Amino acid sequence: MLTDLHKQLLNDFQRDFPLSPTPYRDIADTLGATETDVLAALAELTGQQFISRIGAVIPPNQIGASMLVAMAVPEAELQTVADQISAFPEVNHNYEREHRFNLWFVAVAASAQQLQAVIGRIEQQTGYAALQLPLVDDFFIDLGFKLDWQHA
Amino acid sequence: MLEARDLAVLAQVSAGLPLCPRPYAQIGMELGMDEAEIINRVAALKAQGLIKRLGVIVKHRPLGYRANAMVVWDVPDELIKELGATISRFSFVNLCYQRPRQPEWPYNLYCMIHGKDRTTVLAQLEQLNDVCSLARYGRQILFSRRCFKQRGAVYQAQQLTVAAHG
Repeated sequence: MLTDLHKQLLNDFQRDFPLSPTPYRDIADTLGATETDVLAALAELTGQQFISRIGAVIPPNQIGASMLVAMAVPEAELQTVADQISAFPEVNHNYEREHRFNLWFVAVAASAQQLQAVIGRIEQQTGYAALQLPLVDDFFIDLGFKLDWQHA
Repeated sequence: MLEARDLAVLAQVSAGLPLCPRPYAQIGMELGMDEAEIINRVAALKAQGLIKRLGVIVKHRPLGYRANAMVVWDVPDELIKELGATISRFSFVNLCYQRPRQPEWPYNLYCMIHGKDRTTVLAQLEQLNDVCSLARYGRQILFSRRCFKQRGAVYQAQQLTVAAHG
């Protein structure tokens, strides 16, 4: 069950995380809680898989190279192929989607050359062709995700 | 040009801040820098746009946002910047990208909508269609099913050094 403190921590600190030596105490002061409460609540949220991490979001392709890849994989083989792909440390997102192209993943590497080598290895291991969809332009300004608590 | 020390800091803060009273000091200990240097470098990386945001990164699915649609359109190239900017302003839109059309995938504008249920997401999509006059363009809606993997990009400092110089 999410408490008010959990909800505030989830919604109000997705950006502009304090850059002071004691960011969790600063947050606690804002919320009228203690630093210990805030650290405990964040640990609970992480443990319950509501938070992936408290950290930085890096824009794609500013550092290193990334690629969105789609594959069309027969349903019976999807789990196996998906597991093979997830095992690559360069892959950070991997989803099944409702389409003939049913497997969508993102791979990142230090350079375009290394990225192509990884995608080549993935194609070779899985036996399926990678439809490569590189980023051309990013229109989105990431301000975080506003959570709506109704029916949550 | 980014210094190796910036890249090391970036790798650490993208992987996540530790849950302890002095997280920047803790990262500093791991990297052989003091707390002030970590904080200053993070502030500079934010100012340069190499950190898009710093804070709590939520997982949508466990929080009840199980309807996740990737929507793609084939829009004229000369309109894509304007359409992308307009679409990005809708609060329910989570990502908005241009990608090149491919022979088997003739779409160039991508957006992601995370919602609690499919009906809501489809209604939001209709709103986008109306406001941006998108109905005339070819479109696909791909709802997600299983999530096999989701985490932040893993950048290793050593690789990043190569990237920064490559």
